[in-house]
Amino acid sequence: MFEYAPAPESVRPEIKEHYGLFVDGEFVDGEAVFKSVNPATEEVLFTVAEAGAADVAKAVAAARRAQEAVWGPMSGAERGKYLFRIARLLQERSREFAVAESLDNGKPIKETRDFDVPTAAQHFFYHAGWADKLAYAGLGADPRPLGVIGQVIPWNFPILMLAWKIAPALACGNTVVLKPAETTPLTALMFAELCQEADLPPGVVNILPGAGATGAALVDADVDKVAFTGSTAVGRAIAKSIAGSKKKVTLELGGKAANIVFDDAAIDQAVEGIVNGIFFNQGHVCCAGSRLLVQESVADEVLSRLKERVATLRVGDPLDKNTDIGAINSAEQLERITALTETGRGEGADVWQPACDLPENGFWFRPTVFTGVQQSMRIAREEIFGPVLSVLTFRTPDEAIAKANNTPYGLSAGVWTEKGSKILWAAERLRAGVVWANTFNQFDAASPFGGLKESGYGREGGRQGLEAYLDV
Amino acid sequence: MGSIVSGAEAAALVRALPGVDAVGLEARAAGLATRSVKKASKAQAIDLAISMIDLTTLEGADTPGKVRSLAAKAVRPDGDAPSTAAVCVYPAMVAVAAEALEGSGVKVASVATGFPAGQVPLDLRLADTEAAVRAGADEIDMVISRGAFLAGDLERVFHEIKAVKAAAGEARLKVILETGELVTYDDVRRASWLAMHAGADFIKTSTGKVGVNATLPVTLLMMQAVRDFRALTGRQVGVKPAGGIRTTKDAIKYLVCVNETLGDDWLSNEWFRFGASSLLNDLLMQRQKLTTGHYSGPDYVTVD
Amino acid sequence: MSERLRVKKTYKLYVGGKFPRSESGRSYPVTSPDGAELANAALASRKDARDAVAAARKAQRPWAGQTAYLRGQILYRAAEMLEGRAGQFAEELADATGAEPHAALGTVEQAIDRLVHYAGWTDKYASVLGGANPVAGPYFNHTKPEPLGVVAVLAPQDDPFLGLVEALAPAIAAGNTVVVLSSEAKPLPALSFGEVLATSDLPGGVVNLLSGNVAEVAPHLAAHADVNGIDLGGVEDAALAAELEAAAAGTLKVVRRPGKVGDSLALLRQWTEYKTVWHPAGMAAAAGGGY
Repeated sequence: MFEYAPAPESVRPEIKEHYGLFVDGEFVDGEAVFKSVNPATEEVLFTVAEAGAADVAKAVAAARRAQEAVWGPMSGAERGKYLFRIARLLQERSREFAVAESLDNGKPIKETRDFDVPTAAQHFFYHAGWADKLAYAGLGADPRPLGVIGQVIPWNFPILMLAWKIAPALACGNTVVLKPAETTPLTALMFAELCQEADLPPGVVNILPGAGATGAALVDADVDKVAFTGSTAVGRAIAKSIAGSKKKVTLELGGKAANIVFDDAAIDQAVEGIVNGIFFNQGHVCCAGSRLLVQESVADEVLSRLKERVATLRVGDPLDKNTDIGAINSAEQLERITALTETGRGEGADVWQPACDLPENGFWFRPTVFTGVQQSMRIAREEIFGPVLSVLTFRTPDEAIAKANNTPYGLSAGVWTEKGSKILWAAERLRAGVVWANTFNQFDAASPFGGLKESGYGREGGRQGLEAYLDV
Repeated sequence: MGSIVSGAEAAALVRALPGVDAVGLEARAAGLATRSVKKASKAQAIDLAISMIDLTTLEGADTPGKVRSLAAKAVRPDGDAPSTAAVCVYPAMVAVAAEALEGSGVKVASVATGFPAGQVPLDLRLADTEAAVRAGADEIDMVISRGAFLAGDLERVFHEIKAVKAAAGEARLKVILETGELVTYDDVRRASWLAMHAGADFIKTSTGKVGVNATLPVTLLMMQAVRDFRALTGRQVGVKPAGGIRTTKDAIKYLVCVNETLGDDWLSNEWFRFGASSLLNDLLMQRQKLTTGHYSGPDYVTVD
Repeated sequence: MSERLRVKKTYKLYVGGKFPRSESGRSYPVTSPDGAELANAALASRKDARDAVAAARKAQRPWAGQTAYLRGQILYRAAEMLEGRAGQFAEELADATGAEPHAALGTVEQAIDRLVHYAGWTDKYASVLGGANPVAGPYFNHTKPEPLGVVAVLAPQDDPFLGLVEALAPAIAAGNTVVVLSSEAKPLPALSFGEVLATSDLPGGVVNLLSGNVAEVAPHLAAHADVNGIDLGGVEDAALAAELEAAAAGTLKVVRRPGKVGDSLALLRQWTEYKTVWHPAGMAAAAGGGY
């Protein structure tokens, strides 16, 4: 038996005992203080100030001043140079950010090191280049910034979602007030330090840690646009609350993506895609391939290979370089996953989990595969946001598409077949903003991401993503 | 099933195999390559890798002296390090190797069948094989007719492998696909299955004599093939990447692939081999580093 | 000799390619600005709105599935038909709005030209809005616009014909189907436009035209779960517009607020979603692997 010895990442970022709010270029006190916990150990990592409505107003005012006096009037080329500088600093400090992200979020170091942080840096690099080329984006000869953007991001990809939000906003000449998720403020606050290091003019970026109330105050504040990534329920509430105002909004919300495996798929790669689709980032992914639709004629083969493969996944210490599945981000999320999984059992689906030891402390959930799932079950309709796969079967391509589209969501979808014409046929019919064919969970700054229907509006990334931050 | 299909059936079976997505396969291999193997597991991996080496010399300039030197290194590479699995030579050198290795437990492997191109008449390739076995080869590393394969004559390739297998008798047969000449992953998978249906005991990537030799994705693909072949037929076949594997780091990536694709059943030199020469010294230097705590140098391992 | 009795036209709804009366059996009198009675128009109910959404949904996939070239030809055909009846529309428009006949004709001609303009967009906007994305990996990555689906259009109140054409043409050019609530007080040109569309090769259900009370019908369209977008252009009451936008938030519809202006490409973008497709690009085996 060939066992891997523990391989812990050795770099340790400097984490302060306490962080303030980042307003107008300075760290300041907030209305209250809350704790941030390492979900893998349940130990308190640091305390952080919580922004109240007055803090939000101050930050928005600072952003307004900065936008009108400095950032808006600045030439695109100069704005771009700040963003290039930020991209480089993020690359230079990438390992620190990766480790900090793993500590605060619970996701494996392998992912923060190889995906989250490099992709975040790519977003700054990509959008830096747009700053002096906005006239070529196909949105008019002289596209103008919107002004001050209020941004609220989730806990599943803290630094990456920050980059998705801040990079295009700044490139387009806006200033931002961003609220990181309450369970994962660390890398946003480290990013605030990085903005200081980059000599970014005060007020261009403001970071306000807090919970739902802080977010709601930000949405209601004097901002020109709200950008939100998170649950459909909150997205709906935001859309409602800005109704009748002049505020623009983009929402990147939930999903229940179908991952369709046809009988002529490259099975080994499809199995990898299924695993990557649902177990990447503990399944805390809005576009996760949480519904596997497999053609009945190959279902047994696919499932047996899938189980063999899932059994090799290593669950545990997020800082171990060989960990594939880290900790669930919070006790609350663990409870939600557990509860929905129970409904799956209750509704008669068959549950399978590999035998694997879980650490004693912290929040953990075994990779889980439900078979015999029917379209009517809750586990086939509701977003679980955890490492839980629901497997359904289909007989014909039409049935696969009908089942895939049978959801109020429309964020992403996967298709696996070696037949090119079938891919194009399916991609045309799938009601989803992103279709991954013979791959899954690929992201890139140059490629627009976002969903249809109740998965929200607007795109992030690519030329099309600029529209969200320009007055066009 | 592996031994009972006809050439036509085997050809039809391999043509019907599902495709391979190159990017997905390479991404999986790259993912496995990120595994960090340290401390005790690294020591274990190094010794395992040493024990899996077919220590190879395949030069026109090979002499009895060179082969004896290599055999001595194979038997006792360094201190308490394990012996390698085999010494791999040309047929003309088999007798020398067999004598040098007698009683050591280290096998004698011989390339045969007009290695490396295989472009000689079949009767000569069979005679080549028989001569090697007669001279004392425990294992035969044959090459397939890539020309016939690429021309679509899968049946001919199948029959030739069967014929060599018969000529090899008791010797274990490693079938070299020369993946660098097959080029596409789809053809590597087809050739793997064809060889297994024809009776291969091992499937091997490369001769080491063409531009592209063993790669991790190609070897991973062949591992998937032997895994699936056993699931289908019950017969276990070994895998041998050869050529271009020079460092401990590389070797460990291959072992991680074996571990997570095939598991314990393949984690011995009975079922997995490295065709290599310079790899051994790198493994030995890394081994010394683990023992002494400091980096070693080329003067502290032998030149053979 | 007595004067000939004029045959008056009955203005009906246009839903699913047919001309029904309101299922409610109601109608309302439509007058010119100076108070002259013009005709009775069907007073659409929430059930008529529901039927129109169902018709639009049924027609949407096939409409979007037509080639862009054919959609362009059909829109151009509508323009041709309208050109042939420009005089009639000018007259109706003059009656409806009180405009001078010459000015009304000019407005109709502008509407015709807008249809021609969008007919030319159908097979171009996808290349303008979409394209290949140079991602940092071995993938072919491509984005193209797709129709949003079913769009409810609350047409402008004071610009009952050109405004209506301006609102619906980009939506259908981009492959959407529409349910239009025409100008409440001046619905007749819109309802006649239905007759043009019905004879212009446009499949039934692509455009559905209702006449009725905005405050009564619009909330049902705004809240309808099977509507994907709503154009509030014709809602003059700001409080009602805010209410409708809030109702639309229930199923996260795309909303075009009143007063929003933009060029034709911006209007096409308004009713468009982007779909991005990824596919691995790689074939070589031994030669391609970097390991």
